[in-house]
Amino acid sequence: MSDFFTTTYTGIALVVLAQILLVLVPLLVSLAFLMWGDRKIWAAVQMRRGPNVVGTFGLLQSFADFLKYIVKEVVVPAGADRAVFFIAPMVSLVMAFIAWAVIPFGDGWVIANINVAILYVFAISSLEVYGVIMGGWASNSKYPFLGSLRSAAQMISYEVSIGLIIIGVVISAGSLNFGEIVKSQDGMGLLSWYWLPHFPMMILFFISALAETNRPPFDLPEAESELVAGYQVEYSSTPFLLFMIGELTAVVLMCALVSLLFFGGWLSPVEGLPDGLFWMVIKMIFVFFLFSMVKAITPRYRYDQLMRLGWKVFLPFSLVWVVFVAFAAKFGWFWGLYARWAVGG
Amino acid sequence: MMVFAFYLFALSAIAGGLFTVVSRNPVHSVLWLILAFLSSAGLFVLMGAEFVAMLLIIVYVGAVAVLFLFVVMMLDVDFAELKAEMASYMPLALLIGLVLLMQLAMAFGVWEASELAASQMAAPMPADMHNTQALGMILYDQYFLLFQLAGLILLVAMIGAIVLTLRHRADVKRQDVVAQMMRDPATAMELRDVKPGQGL
Repeated sequence: MSDFFTTTYTGIALVVLAQILLVLVPLLVSLAFLMWGDRKIWAAVQMRRGPNVVGTFGLLQSFADFLKYIVKEVVVPAGADRAVFFIAPMVSLVMAFIAWAVIPFGDGWVIANINVAILYVFAISSLEVYGVIMGGWASNSKYPFLGSLRSAAQMISYEVSIGLIIIGVVISAGSLNFGEIVKSQDGMGLLSWYWLPHFPMMILFFISALAETNRPPFDLPEAESELVAGYQVEYSSTPFLLFMIGELTAVVLMCALVSLLFFGGWLSPVEGLPDGLFWMVIKMIFVFFLFSMVKAITPRYRYDQLMRLGWKVFLPFSLVWVVFVAFAAKFGWFWGLYARWAVGG
Repeated sequence: MMVFAFYLFALSAIAGGLFTVVSRNPVHSVLWLILAFLSSAGLFVLMGAEFVAMLLIIVYVGAVAVLFLFVVMMLDVDFAELKAEMASYMPLALLIGLVLLMQLAMAFGVWEASELAASQMAAPMPADMHNTQALGMILYDQYFLLFQLAGLILLVAMIGAIVLTLRHRADVKRQDVVAQMMRDPATAMELRDVKPGQGL
């Protein structure tokens, strides 16, 4: 029986399928509650109650919304490019989901343990822009088109600084594999994680992640006060739901990235406590809480300020930081704080 | 299984390339081109060059093709007119295509690698390295100078392109960020008591 699952193609395919379901189903269920939490936090900051009707504390609100989106009518604008119009939300959803293949939730708990994992995530997240551009263009309408153009420029700009920040961490860890990056942060608990040596970059990465996932204060592609809802204007029903799930999944993916790169993934903050999935989930929820708080307390950026921030502040700063980390790692400055490949995995 | 994946990627690459050329809508063309890029990245993965595959996706699909799409979407082209214009150039294009095909056929038909070239071929990847590391060793150790020179040439080309397109326009209102941040609410705003029916 054990041979069946390790040697035959059918067996391996079944195991991989089970692994994929094991990641995707809890992810989808937790998305519903994260959505609820997001709205509750937002409401609490603005001294409102938030969703509180469906289920206890409104816990089932997301499921009610889900049902509503599913049974509504799909409206396709006249003159829309039908094929691209429907492919766009699917691209958005699929790109958000397939990146989870390389995210480890514990030591070795990963679907595909490839050695260019971080490049893979970066590549996939750079593809997410296509859902937005295709959706905006295919709608054949002015607001969506403007929204998609903004989004294209915005996501490309912030990808550059995200890439440079990742390079800094990779230089420190000496590997592109998430497992190795996390293992290289092992040691003195909380203090040996990369948030300390890479502190400014952690902040920059967080802000860039906000811009990359179109979250407030950088939600220019869908700015409701100027573009109504940007690229989503013409979408209704299930396609709109797919866009929303895709967007939220991308946000949660960024939470996972922040916790893996800067907060030691599944490692426990205090030395001696057992490591594991629990810590990973706690860290992701904490980062998601920060995302929600930022959404609640910041006003939207002006577009030219957004571009200025990306190209004239983040890019030079992260570039200089890469050079600094390269020297610090090569010559072992600061007691080898930046050359962690020798310490950990 | 590998054979199946190979034919899947190969066929979708060819289909992507074909539809890039024959597609009537330029935006569709770019989307098919993206499919071709993604499929060739899949082929790279099958060959064990996952680093190159990821770079192909990040650079070409994630950045270059987005800019392509960006430009093509904003172009306001009359396709019928374009088609008519294309038709007049068709004989010349066919001639160029034919010449290129002949050259390729001649080059590959009588191709014979010399002894020297065969001995100069790069050694296959050492067994204890993965290909990211092997590529790094080649680019940053063995061919360091050439690699840096190539980077320098690209930098010069980039600066040249910027210089060519940069023009200062005096009639545009510009945002001065420092001035905006240094504004003082006390001098920028004024509280006036408006009498009913009078206005300011």
